[in-house]
Amino acid sequence: MQLAQGLGEARAARAGSDRLLSPFTRTLLALCVIAAPALGGVLPEDRADVMWHNYNGGDLTVEGPSVLVRKKVGDSLSLSAGYYEDMISSASIDVKLSASPYHETRKQENVGVDYLHGKTTYSMGYIHSKEPDYIANTTYYSISQDMFGDLTTVTLGYRRAWDQIFRDIKQPDGAIVNDPTFHQQADHRGYTLGISQILTRNLIADFNYELLTDQGYLANPYRKIRYLSPGQGEGFTLADQVYPNTRTSNAAGIELKYYLPWRAALTGQYRFFRDTWGIVANNVEADYTWPWRHWIFDGMVRWYTQTHADFYSDLYPYANYANFMARDRELAAFTDWTVGAGASYQFNVPGAPWISKSTANVRFDHLFIDYKDFRNALLAGEYGAGNEPLYKLNANIFQIFVSIWF
Amino acid sequence: MGAATMSRMSKRLIQTVAAGALLAGLAGCTAPTPWVKPYEREHFADPIMSFNRDPISNVYLEHVLETREGAHGATGAVGGGCGCN
Repeated sequence: MQLAQGLGEARAARAGSDRLLSPFTRTLLALCVIAAPALGGVLPEDRADVMWHNYNGGDLTVEGPSVLVRKKVGDSLSLSAGYYEDMISSASIDVKLSASPYHETRKQENVGVDYLHGKTTYSMGYIHSKEPDYIANTTYYSISQDMFGDLTTVTLGYRRAWDQIFRDIKQPDGAIVNDPTFHQQADHRGYTLGISQILTRNLIADFNYELLTDQGYLANPYRKIRYLSPGQGEGFTLADQVYPNTRTSNAAGIELKYYLPWRAALTGQYRFFRDTWGIVANNVEADYTWPWRHWIFDGMVRWYTQTHADFYSDLYPYANYANFMARDRELAAFTDWTVGAGASYQFNVPGAPWISKSTANVRFDHLFIDYKDFRNALLAGEYGAGNEPLYKLNANIFQIFVSIWF
Repeated sequence: MGAATMSRMSKRLIQTVAAGALLAGLAGCTAPTPWVKPYEREHFADPIMSFNRDPISNVYLEHVLETREGAHGATGAVGGGCGCN
C-alpha cells in the first residue's frame, strides 16, 4: 500500500501560523475584518454538477465520481454539499521501488454555507476525507466584501486541517491492516487574502496571497531514500525518509481576464511560491475561451518549474548522511507542462421547466513532468546507481460532467 | 536621552504614522468614484468572464496538480484528501 505525499501537498494548502504575524500585520488584518461588514456580494447560482474523472500516468490510475450541489435558501443563504471519490490503482515507480502495487479508495464529503448581508458574504465549510491509511478534516472560513462602487472585492480567509496518518501492512494471511505501531498526526493552517478588481470595462484582475504552515508528520511513510552501497544489490540501499516537522510557505498569484471584441476571453495567470524547505516555484498559464452557437470551447497551456528542497537528494553518499533526508519526487527539481482543451454544450431538458440551463462538458489535459534530479532507480542494475536516466512522467487527465442550473 | 529611548520613540513614531496612514487610506477609500460604471460592466456578467465557471472541474484539476507539485496555495480553492502515488 502506498499513501501519497501529495496529500500532504494538497492538504498543505492550509497553513499559516499566527506566531508568524507581526503585531502590525495583525492590526492590518483586524482593521480589514472590522471594515468588512460595511461593504458586499452576490450569492453563487443554484446548480448541480455530476462528474466522472480519470487520471492515468506513470502506471497510476485514479478515477471516480464527483458531485457538487449548491442551493439558495431565501435571499441571503446558500448551502452547498459535495461528494468526491478517488479509486486508486497504483504500480508507480515509487511503489515498485519500495512497496507493492495496491488498490484503494478515498472518499471525501464536504458541506458549506454562504451568508450574504448587505455587500458582505460570510462563508464557512467542512471537508472530511478518508482513505484506509489517512483521515483528514478541514474547516475553512472567509469573509468577502464588495467595495469602491463594487469594483473591488476583498476576501479574507482562514482554514485549518487536522490529519491522522497511518501505515498499512500486509499480514501473513494477505489481509491489509493499519500498522499498530504507526499513528502520526499533522496540523495545517492557512491565511488567505484575495482581491478581485475590475480594471476597465473589459479587464478584471484577481490577486491571491496565502500564508501556509504545516506541522507534524509531513513525510510519506511508504517512500524511501536511497544511499550508495557499492557491491551490494544494485549499488544502493533503501532507508526511511526523515522530514522536518514544520513547513511554512508563502504563495502569491495574479490572474488577469480580458474580454475580446469578438466575444471571447483571454486569461493570463502567474504564481510565485516559496517555502522554508528551500522550494521556489513559478508557474504561468494562458487560457482562451470562445463561445460558438450552443458551445463554449476552452484551451489552456500551463508551465511550472520548481527548485528542489534543501534536504532532497536522489542518492545520498552514505547512510545517515544528514538530519533530514527525502527522495519524494514532489520535492525534486523539475519543470512541467500542462496542455488542455474543453468543450461545453448547452442543451434544453424537455419536461423539466424548473431547469433554467443545462450543459454537457468534456475536458482533456495532458501533463508532462521533466525531472531534473530524480532518476529512474528501477534501472540501476543496467546503468549503475546514480547514472540511471532522469525520470519523466506523462499523464492524461480526463473529465466528463453534466451541470444543471435551477 | 539615551539611544534606547530614542530608538523606542522612533519606533513609536513610525507605528503612529503607519497607523494614521492606514486609517486615512481606509477613510479616503470608502467612496471613490467608480471609473467603470455599472452599465459598462455587462461583459463581466458573461459566463466566459468568470474565474471559476465550473467549480467542480477547477477544484479537480487543482487537486491533480497540487499532489504532484511542491507548490500549493494562492489559487482560491480549498481541497482535501489525496490519491497520489
